Amino acid sequence: MTGRPDALAARVWLSAARPRTGGRLMRFARRYPLAVAGGGFLVLLVLAAVLAPWIAPYDPLANDYLSMFSPPSSRHWLGTDSFGRDILSRLIFGARTALLVGLSASVAGATVGALVGVASAYFGGTVDLVIQRITDILVSFPLIVLAMAMVAILGSGTANLVVAIALSFAPRAELVVRSSALQVRHTTYVEAARAIGAGPWRIILRHMLPNVLAPYLVMLTAFLGQAILLEASLSFLGLGVAEPTPAWGLMLSGAAVDFVQKAPWMAVFPGLAITLTVLAFNVLGDALRDALDPRLRV
Amino acid sequence: MLRYVLARVVLVLPTLWAVATLIFLLVRVIPGDIVELRLVSGGAYVTREVIQQERVRLGLDKPLWAQYGDWIAGLARLDLGTSMWTGAPVSREIAIRLELSLQLALMATVVAVSLAIPLGVWAAVRRGTWADHLVQVFSVAGLATPSFWLGILLLLFLLSVFRWLPPMTFTPLWRDPVANLSQLIWPALAVGYRYSAVATRMTRSAMLEVLREDYVRTAWAKGLAERAVVLRHALRNALLPVVTVIGLEFAFLIGGLVVTEQVFNLNGVGKLFVDAIARRDYTLIQGLMLLVASAYVLVNVLLDLLYARLDPRIRYA
Repeated sequence: MTGRPDALAARVWLSAARPRTGGRLMRFARRYPLAVAGGGFLVLLVLAAVLAPWIAPYDPLANDYLSMFSPPSSRHWLGTDSFGRDILSRLIFGARTALLVGLSASVAGATVGALVGVASAYFGGTVDLVIQRITDILVSFPLIVLAMAMVAILGSGTANLVVAIALSFAPRAELVVRSSALQVRHTTYVEAARAIGAGPWRIILRHMLPNVLAPYLVMLTAFLGQAILLEASLSFLGLGVAEPTPAWGLMLSGAAVDFVQKAPWMAVFPGLAITLTVLAFNVLGDALRDALDPRLRV
Repeated sequence: MLRYVLARVVLVLPTLWAVATLIFLLVRVIPGDIVELRLVSGGAYVTREVIQQERVRLGLDKPLWAQYGDWIAGLARLDLGTSMWTGAPVSREIAIRLELSLQLALMATVVAVSLAIPLGVWAAVRRGTWADHLVQVFSVAGLATPSFWLGILLLLFLLSVFRWLPPMTFTPLWRDPVANLSQLIWPALAVGYRYSAVATRMTRSAMLEVLREDYVRTAWAKGLAERAVVLRHALRNALLPVVTVIGLEFAFLIGGLVVTEQVFNLNGVGKLFVDAIARRDYTLIQGLMLLVASAYVLVNVLLDLLYARLDPRIRYA
């Protein structure tokens, strides 16, 4: 400990100012314990969805008319439904549907919205005006109404469902991303890119889009929970995923309501799966929003 | 003030025209054909002429711009056209179901407000304590719970505890208030809880902001009771953003009704919308979407007028 205390101080100061990734994660975990719980739940859910064929105790589509409406037991942990299908297995396979639809619809919706928003901000003038008027009208519909209209336009089925949900998200993402992009539009680096003769799409994709990443991520995480809720609602209404595909919302429709007293496990567990998953995505999204940019609120 | 009101109201018409145009464009790109769906879906054998006749009857043989003209001209006469499925006027189909849905929406709003404001105020005043955390968890859970699942749980609760189900048929409030309320209170609770979540958060954050203001510190310094400071000095000034959220949520309530009416088997506007989508009833879908959008536009105007009334700074800006 001789000699250069100032160098040592500088070293300590530097390491404090630039913590390693592990330290940063720990700090995030300490500040947002709920988000960590949510994240842990989601990791388990993703694992269950990926490993579904290996960990599900039964075939989710196999009817077993000898054990219809069995209550939870050691054979069927969460009971069986009106066709004797194992609820736990259907929940595990249903996680695939929920995560697949939720993730792809959110990413697609946020991306389309971000692209249109940045382009609208870049071009300005009449283009911007027309796009904004259309967006204003589209956000005046509740998400589910818009998604239902899109389902009517596209037809039902899982792929169409993803497009329908994505398209109903897009105007909301567009509004938020555009307002950030408007600030980026007047920065010196955009001006510089124009000065060296970059074309509009190069500027939009290479210079503006990377700089609206924070609002993009915030919108994306906010969409995930909503997308899963929307998929469940639409499937429940018979406008989304079709039988016999295992999907949580679908498991809640029909027999689950009609026989709710006789077989309450049919209605309780799928609803719990939806609620916990959406909750996990929401608390994680809220924490990420706080950490990324406290000014943004969705 | 009068000029502000007039300017705001006059702007509604072009907005609604733009909304109607966009809805028409949206609905008419639907590739499915209602005529074929209706005549052929049963597996029946139908000749081309019959299909063509039906198209002519519904006005679907005309070019798109003529159909658009008919739609806008009808709207100018407050005529939404006739349902392509039932043949009854769209406005009638909506009107007979509106009473139920409107009452349900109002009741759900009452539920949401009476949860949100006390809870939000409580959480803000006791910031950082277990009460605050409890309220936050309650409202975050509300956003994650599907209202149709909550509805199913309510039915399960009623069945297993009271061996009773709410009545199946709708009785207007003025004819038999007890029968009416015992049917509608459950869906109102299911929808209201979900909608209280955002309002609770808004109340809490608005209260936290106001509680930092100088005039609140003055009120404390004068030695006023906590009740007076919180309710009279803070809450009244925190209400504006809360009113906004509640108003906008009211306009969006139809979204919650769509699923909840299905669970409770209520024949309301939400169920009508689901049916219209399933049947590709173009005119009915258009009418309902216009209704939803008009509710939103109207609520926005009312909120603007309310602001101007509540806060003079807005009027003169």
